[in-house]
Amino acid sequence: MKLPVNYEIAKTHLLAKKRTTITAMLGVTFGIGMYVLMISFMTGFNEFLEDSLLSATPDINIYNDIKTDYSHSILDEISDTGKVMNVVHHPKPKDITPNVRNSQKIIEDLKKDTRIKAISPLLATQVFYNNGPVQINGTLQGVNILEEAKISGLDVKMKTGKIENLLTVNNGILLGHSLATRLNVQMGDLVTLATPNGTSMRFRVVGTFQFGLGSLDLIRSYVSLNNVQQLMGKDNQYVTNINLKLNDNREATGMAKEFKKRYGYKADDWQNANASAMVSITIRNVMTFVVSFTLLVVAGFGIYNIMSMTIQNKLKDIAILKAQGFSGTDVMTIFLAESVTIGILGALTGLALGYLMSYGVMNLPFPKNDNISITHYPVTFHWYHYALGVIFGMITTFIAGLMPSLKAAKIDPVAILRG
Amino acid sequence: MNFGNQKSDVVLEAPLTGTRDVVLETIKINKSFYEPEEFHVLKDLSFQVKRSEFVSIVGKSGCGKSTLLYLISTLDTDYTGEIHINNRKVTGLTQNQLAKFRNEHIGFVFQFHFLLPEFSALKNVMIPAEKLGKYSKSEIEDRAYEKLKWLDMQEFAGKLSSKLSGGQQQRVAIARALINDPTIIMGDEPTGNLDSTNTNIVFDILKDLSKSKGQTIISVTHDEEFASKSDRVIEMKDGEIIKQ
Repeated sequence: MKLPVNYEIAKTHLLAKKRTTITAMLGVTFGIGMYVLMISFMTGFNEFLEDSLLSATPDINIYNDIKTDYSHSILDEISDTGKVMNVVHHPKPKDITPNVRNSQKIIEDLKKDTRIKAISPLLATQVFYNNGPVQINGTLQGVNILEEAKISGLDVKMKTGKIENLLTVNNGILLGHSLATRLNVQMGDLVTLATPNGTSMRFRVVGTFQFGLGSLDLIRSYVSLNNVQQLMGKDNQYVTNINLKLNDNREATGMAKEFKKRYGYKADDWQNANASAMVSITIRNVMTFVVSFTLLVVAGFGIYNIMSMTIQNKLKDIAILKAQGFSGTDVMTIFLAESVTIGILGALTGLALGYLMSYGVMNLPFPKNDNISITHYPVTFHWYHYALGVIFGMITTFIAGLMPSLKAAKIDPVAILRG
Repeated sequence: MNFGNQKSDVVLEAPLTGTRDVVLETIKINKSFYEPEEFHVLKDLSFQVKRSEFVSIVGKSGCGKSTLLYLISTLDTDYTGEIHINNRKVTGLTQNQLAKFRNEHIGFVFQFHFLLPEFSALKNVMIPAEKLGKYSKSEIEDRAYEKLKWLDMQEFAGKLSSKLSGGQQQRVAIARALINDPTIIMGDEPTGNLDSTNTNIVFDILKDLSKSKGQTIISVTHDEEFASKSDRVIEMKDGEIIKQ
């Protein structure tokens, strides 16, 4: 291969001291490798968590937020508040039904919105699950199961049975996996559900699902919307929530505000609903980057040290090159080329190491846990993490190599040649 | 050494007699050191060197002869006065311009050989020519090999320069100094580190360069025998030329 003379000199230097070159390279390799492993593992875990949360939470949830706020009395509107103070003792809350009243119209309106992917009206209520002496309190969701599956991805979370069973079997119910275990029921068994209002109904288990979140799988169950309306003695327009899935869930916050204003009901977006989990995801991301950055900086210091030492040992060579007509820029190019070569080789081997380690971790079995639906450690393989690693690695080695190289460029040959 | 075999060379074609033009001229050079204390090392030096002259600069240590050599070789730019080489004023050129100028016009031979240890003898000779970029790589290789052959070093061409003996290294260094056909070859005690046999070989090479190839040689030396055999001796004392 024909290289310009500066690069040829750099190449000869690197090959003449293979051990030093490899030592410097290994620093970068290890740094980048650990960075890749950490970021793949951390984002894998975050994505798993986010995925579980998202499937259990709709992008936007529109519901009737009932308040018992009596700070404003209707009396204030008819009497002159400037002179009279109206006081009402022991106000008795009016019995208000917590449903979304004009649900049909809202749904029709929402269907026109192209940003929305799926709409699922739902009727949720507190229930007791009874099976003999076992009584467990939980939430029952009456849904149009096919629409709901589009939002929560329930069809792929099923452990036994199929979601379509809800449509074919009269009074069928889908139970959370942990809930079914606690109740000791299986496919085909009967469970009695009792509402707070005292009504009760028997349902046949036609499937169990697992979201991977213990708190959900232990309390939630799905039946068809009609059955819950029947159980609660309500008409077939009666729903308490409208769940939405968006084409782009990053728009959720803005759209939730818009719907709240338009329909006069409370609208919660998924980030708001999972605020504490989102914070922990952010913190893990920040930690990953801090640790990765530290690893790369340490690798950079390694290169800085080795390049400084190399240049110190090559003062005579630098002086003679300068005497023969190599400029300061040429000398800088030579040593910078050496450290950038070390950086590139280190980064590439680092990626390979990182990939191998991530692959290894991916195949490690996750400690068995009934509440979490994973069998192996979650690891992601995103090309941009690898690209970022190479870019980061090259920038660090470039800076680490630049400082000693600039020093080499400024060496005064006379002082060295005269001894 | 068989000089008859030499193919036509740029230097050979230069006129050896007649207009013996000036290749180096210094006008009132002054230089002072400020560390550890102020010391006026060169005082109003003015002299000329003509083409194909073999000049030795002698004097006691501390008289400023090495300092002078590094000034006229353009490595040291911290002085007042003017230096002209090959009818070009080099005083005031930038470091990068000077580097290019040295590459083309000045060859160095040092006391301690100073070859690049990781490279072969041939490669050491080739590097300044590759920097100049005037010839293709294969031409450079041929020329470098020719220079080594002229110095009886062809059999060591592929050998790592750090594995050569002192006299061999110095001959490679001379070949390297010659590769770009420089205007002037500067020597800083070129025989200072050699035994008498090698000293004679190196002296004969230099002498021959100036006589048969018209090469200008300016050399700082302690060796009185070496100086006495050169064309012209510049003797210095306390920063002034006392005899030339």
